[in-house]
Amino acid sequence: MSRPSDAPHRIALAGNPNVGKTTLFNALTGAKARVGNYPGVTVERRAGVLKGHADVELVDLPGTYSLAPRSADERIAHDVLTGRLAGEPAPAAVVCVVDAANLERNLYLVAQVLDLGLPTVVALNQIDAAHAAGVTLDADGLARDLGVPVVPLSARTGEGLDVLREAMLGLVGETAPAPEATSDGRPDWPLLPIVEPEVAALADEIHRVRPTWPRRRARAEALWALSNDVLLAPWAEDEPIVHAAAVAGKARLDERKAPVRQAEMIARYGVLAPLAQRHSTRTTDAHAATTSDRIDAVVTHRVWGPLLFVAVLAVVFQAVFAWAAPLQDGLEAIVGAVGGGVRGLLPAGWATDLLVDGLITGVGNVLVFLPQILLLFFFLGLMEDTGYMARTAFIMDRVMRRLGLSGASVVPLLSAYACAIPGIMAARTLPNERDRLLTIMVAPLMSCSARLPVYTLFIAAFVPAISIGGVFGMQGLAMLTLYLMGTVMAFVAAWVLRRTVFKGEASTFVMELPPYRLPEWRMIVRRMVERARLFFVRAGKLIVGLSVVLWFLAAYPKASPESLPAGADRPPIATEAAPMRVGPDNAATATPDPSAAIAVATQDAEARAAQHQIEQSFIGHIGRAIEPVMRPLGFDWKISAGLVAAFAAREVMVTALATLYGVGSGDDDVVSLTEALRADRYPDGSPVYTPLVAASLLVFFVFALQCMSTLVIARRETNTWKWPIVMWVYMFGLAWGSAFVVYQGGRLLGLG
Amino acid sequence: MTLADASAGDSVRVTALADDVPPRILEMGVLPGTTVEVVRFAPLGDPMDVRVRGFHLSLRRAEAASVLVEAVGEDAA
Repeated sequence: MSRPSDAPHRIALAGNPNVGKTTLFNALTGAKARVGNYPGVTVERRAGVLKGHADVELVDLPGTYSLAPRSADERIAHDVLTGRLAGEPAPAAVVCVVDAANLERNLYLVAQVLDLGLPTVVALNQIDAAHAAGVTLDADGLARDLGVPVVPLSARTGEGLDVLREAMLGLVGETAPAPEATSDGRPDWPLLPIVEPEVAALADEIHRVRPTWPRRRARAEALWALSNDVLLAPWAEDEPIVHAAAVAGKARLDERKAPVRQAEMIARYGVLAPLAQRHSTRTTDAHAATTSDRIDAVVTHRVWGPLLFVAVLAVVFQAVFAWAAPLQDGLEAIVGAVGGGVRGLLPAGWATDLLVDGLITGVGNVLVFLPQILLLFFFLGLMEDTGYMARTAFIMDRVMRRLGLSGASVVPLLSAYACAIPGIMAARTLPNERDRLLTIMVAPLMSCSARLPVYTLFIAAFVPAISIGGVFGMQGLAMLTLYLMGTVMAFVAAWVLRRTVFKGEASTFVMELPPYRLPEWRMIVRRMVERARLFFVRAGKLIVGLSVVLWFLAAYPKASPESLPAGADRPPIATEAAPMRVGPDNAATATPDPSAAIAVATQDAEARAAQHQIEQSFIGHIGRAIEPVMRPLGFDWKISAGLVAAFAAREVMVTALATLYGVGSGDDDVVSLTEALRADRYPDGSPVYTPLVAASLLVFFVFALQCMSTLVIARRETNTWKWPIVMWVYMFGLAWGSAFVVYQGGRLLGLG
Repeated sequence: MTLADASAGDSVRVTALADDVPPRILEMGVLPGTTVEVVRFAPLGDPMDVRVRGFHLSLRRAEAASVLVEAVGEDAA
């Protein structure tokens, strides 16, 4: 958790999104950021120490276009800079990071920051890109007119960084100018005549109660109180007299129909536009198509745009699945080897079991997510850095709007097809807090890759491998149907949640389309590692803890040796046919070789012991206990126990079922598990699994939140347990209800 | 007319802003007297990409409808 340090000097970095603020932050701090959340919100707090100056802390504020709080990000930026945030005193100085190629709009935020009266320096970033675009800026002229130092630099190349560092140290050192000296009234923002008298009057009131504030701050605060209800509200508690005066002033302005909401913008831009023109010269035609424009002509083209989007998605998913799978297998092998090695070194007993099956397996459960998280964040970072992400939002917004979301949710939701966890973490980029929460709440419904082993197993066991019309394989269609169900339900859930839990006025979708940029690989990799580390640290502990709990539930009570079924020749399940073994050439044969028969028999014994153990373990008991709830869906206690075990991770369902059926869980036993499933019978001889039960189970699996890691990450991202619990409950309800409809409906139709 | 009525390629000047204009639009510098160039509409027809003060802004039509504009001549494009 990142909290304000005890460093005597704190400098905040403020600026628009997409201006390279984080790159500058990394360059100044050596990229050793402490990342946490601001209390109570999903906004990230990034802080670090200025390289070489342990007494100067840098805080990277969220990128904002204005200090007027309209989103959680802006509220935080405003509260930090005005010292309103509990537990975080106002910074000693501010660095306003400005995009040299986009001066006018960037200066708007600078103007607001200047009004606060804090010692400020303007970092004119991306000066190299501006030069390349044919724009030259007169930094000295700007500094004269703004009244603060202006340092041209390029955070990417490092040009100008030293000068900036000196300027920053100059702001906080012993020779730091007193706030009054840095706010000598330059420049002034002439307001509309209809608004001016009220603002001036309120500014006087404010000055009376806040004499230490520079005049320009009192004026800015007066304007904000009159034009923004969110900024008016705190005055009621702090200074009721000011509040009353403001309310009265507002009423008078409304009566005269004064455009008070536009007053601040008109005033500031009225000065900033000519100011920016004065100090920048263009050597190229401002209206000539830039490279960015040419790229956009294709990327947002009516036909090529969506096609390109689909192609990009295909490439990303292909890469993620192709590269993640071998990495995951490798990690599992390593964890298994470590566990085996440790077990070999230590004496047998519960402590060793706890260490190996609980802790080490638990760590393995966390590590296994890393390949997908790393890969997804690499691609997400690439799309964000180049500017392509904004285009995906632009293209998809119309579709998403129907659901109450915006185009910005598209990529986080699509990421959830691989794994909901990066999708949930990526929802951070959404500017609107409600959209963020909504996206997080429905992301787990997108069928993640962990569901695949379960889908595959049951489809292989119960859907005939025939094709309709010789073209569409039934099994493939079944798989597709499952994926579609998840996606459609995610949209429906979003739609419903938007109308119930997340009611509110429509959010706006005013978004900058930043110019395309070459990706900065180092920063992408750095961010990727940081996100993975955040997952590891934040979620890791809880996942390991839960893994230990689940291990305990499966390992205890210990089956006593006497209760073990005797003999290795007893068939593992009540069935006529023994499970078929699949030989190396994949042909099902009876085992011809006696020594192989012994090996099989031994493995059988181990498997049988494991089966017996889990049958009478806590998980087995829990499975039997919840069976009444699951029976209407067609599930017996074994499936129920499997579902409980699979809460650790969805793919555990397959291993859990394998154990429950006394089948070893190597890859070549999938066929035997399939056979075991098909052959399983209730005491009365009726099959446990019919295609209908399989359908019901699959439907359950599509919707249920069977992943404790998702819950843990949702908790970390939303800063509360409330939302993960709501998520789990509504998804369980959905899963149960849908499986019920499928199973009972099927029975009614005579399909069961 | 409003900005939502403009077509791709049009250059317009803002004359006024409705009372319910999203403040974000104002903060981005879309103010009375500002020149706005409509670049294109998204593949599905919404939102629209406009050029203002040297950068590109994406606006939903519903939001653009609160920006009142007048056409300007070709020479301003």
